[in-house]
Amino acid sequence: MQQPNIVLHVDDVHKSFGGLHALSDIDLQVVEGRTHAIIGPNGAGKSTLLNLCVGRLRPDRGAVVFDGQVLTGRKPYEINQLGVSRVFQTPEIFPDLTVHENVVIPALAKRDGAFAVDAWWSMAHERDLRDRAEAAVVDVGLGDKLRHEAGSLSRGDKRRLELAMCLVQTPRLLLLDEPTAGMSRLDTNRTIDLLKRIKERGMTKVIIEHDMHVVFSLADRVTVMAQGRVIAEGTPDEVRGDPLVQEAYLGGGHA
Amino acid sequence: MDRASQRNDFILMAVFALAVLTAPVWLAPIGAAYPDLLQKIAIFGIFAVGFNILFGLTGYLSFGHAAFLGVGSYTAVWSFKLLSMNILPAIVLAILVAGLFSLATGYVSLRRTGIYFSILTLAFAQMSYNLAYSVLTPVTNGETGLKVTRGDPHVLDRLFGVTVGDSLPTPELFGLRTIGWEGFYICAVALIVAFFVALRITRSPFGLALRGIRSNQTRMSFTGFNTRPHTLAAFVISGMFAGLAGALLAVTDPLAGAERMQWTASGEVVLMTILGGAGTLVGPILGAGIIKYFENIFSSFNEHTLEQTFSFLPEPVRDAAVSVASLFVGEGWHLTLGVLFMLVVIFLPGGIMEGFRRIGRAVSGRSAARRADKLQPAE
Repeated sequence: MQQPNIVLHVDDVHKSFGGLHALSDIDLQVVEGRTHAIIGPNGAGKSTLLNLCVGRLRPDRGAVVFDGQVLTGRKPYEINQLGVSRVFQTPEIFPDLTVHENVVIPALAKRDGAFAVDAWWSMAHERDLRDRAEAAVVDVGLGDKLRHEAGSLSRGDKRRLELAMCLVQTPRLLLLDEPTAGMSRLDTNRTIDLLKRIKERGMTKVIIEHDMHVVFSLADRVTVMAQGRVIAEGTPDEVRGDPLVQEAYLGGGHA
Repeated sequence: MDRASQRNDFILMAVFALAVLTAPVWLAPIGAAYPDLLQKIAIFGIFAVGFNILFGLTGYLSFGHAAFLGVGSYTAVWSFKLLSMNILPAIVLAILVAGLFSLATGYVSLRRTGIYFSILTLAFAQMSYNLAYSVLTPVTNGETGLKVTRGDPHVLDRLFGVTVGDSLPTPELFGLRTIGWEGFYICAVALIVAFFVALRITRSPFGLALRGIRSNQTRMSFTGFNTRPHTLAAFVISGMFAGLAGALLAVTDPLAGAERMQWTASGEVVLMTILGGAGTLVGPILGAGIIKYFENIFSSFNEHTLEQTFSFLPEPVRDAAVSVASLFVGEGWHLTLGVLFMLVVIFLPGGIMEGFRRIGRAVSGRSAARRADKLQPAE
């Protein structure tokens, strides 16, 4: 069998805020094409870990390596240009642009790079870009809201819009911070279906999630964090059976 | 969809050009059809259109754009003095120098956002203003103001054998004089070109990126855009528009003074843009027009004209009406402007353009709106 290709490697990362050790000795390897879930109670350091990956924070020690390139010290836009897109816990969208424009912008960034200098050519001529954006919007099930102002969408729709904004860039690595938080059961299931379809396209994903239903329907591998440390890692079934995990997170026999 | 929007832009451009060129006709009934006022409206329209590229698209509120206007004026007058009385080199140089100046200002100011950015631009403009009155007097001629004098070299004019007569030379465009109606039409053409450039920028990928920055800068950077060069480019472009406006001020009256750079002048362009509708294409020009019109009309009213206006009233009521109304005219026209501005900001936060949109929606009626809603997703 071929050696699995490590896309994301979090290498011995430490981060503290004041006296608080938010992350210590974090080692994480994400294999290409897999869906890697990170679970853990509130304050375990999951979002901090994602913030280190996308350049929002710098680790005190250690490094994050994506596809052979060190991400640590790079700016968020550089990291995105390397092929890493992120869905935030509270949707980061362009509230006063239309749904369509929201998705055209990331497609533009992917095509033209970090600085879109073209100030003369009309967007109306960018048929290819607009079609691709529209397809991504339809893909997440917002096709009927293409011309709506993004700020007027429901919370669940905003999350799906943000997902479309990431998907249109066909990133090599997609980071999802609680993509179904605050969604109805119906919307959650639709999102799970969507994420399963993405998986068939071979996109690598790291997903932070509280909803065990989501984790166990999507993840190939699960890392459990508590108090800034990795306390377990394995397949979903292994993790589910781990007594340490049940103690720390699932609340003892809950699963 | 896209073909329709392109056709709409074409119509907008055509109607706009027609409206500007025929302004002397349709503005005659309200007493605004004289060249001095109209060219001022056109010049400040250019200033506001450029300001709107920065403020309307990226959301960065600069309080120092009058500095670029002043730099444009000084450059144009120096071009008259040193190179030629022809206005073309003056305009080109003014745009370039204002661009360089805004590049330096923007490079520093754009390190901060929000109120800190505004304060930095304000500080820059006030610094320029004070320098123009003090150490830069050799360049700006201080309080007297910079003007064309008899001993100026006019290198280019001499090179091309244009003779300078005994009288003080005046700016010209290949023999065309730049005062009166000719002056207005020069400014009108510049305004149409400026509007066209702003329209292209707004509709371009770059313009979309600027609107993205205004909407959510965090998302922009996590989406792969380096926002700094975008905001800097927008800042420089709007600075160049200000330089053009400054040059035209010098073209129509070849005298440059530092009072053009004062913070009140920077504030005025903010008022114009917000009054008309920030982020809209036509709004800033409307705002400029209204403010310049009010400034001219209301400030020229005096007690005598008021007494005539209210002459149909019985004497005691007339006196009361005149004394109340006189607060709002003459020197007090700023009070009128202030009240108007407050009314617009409170009731029409999107400016006068939002008022038009609301009227348009009300006229087109509910059933039409519902039909449009049903049609739109099918596009």
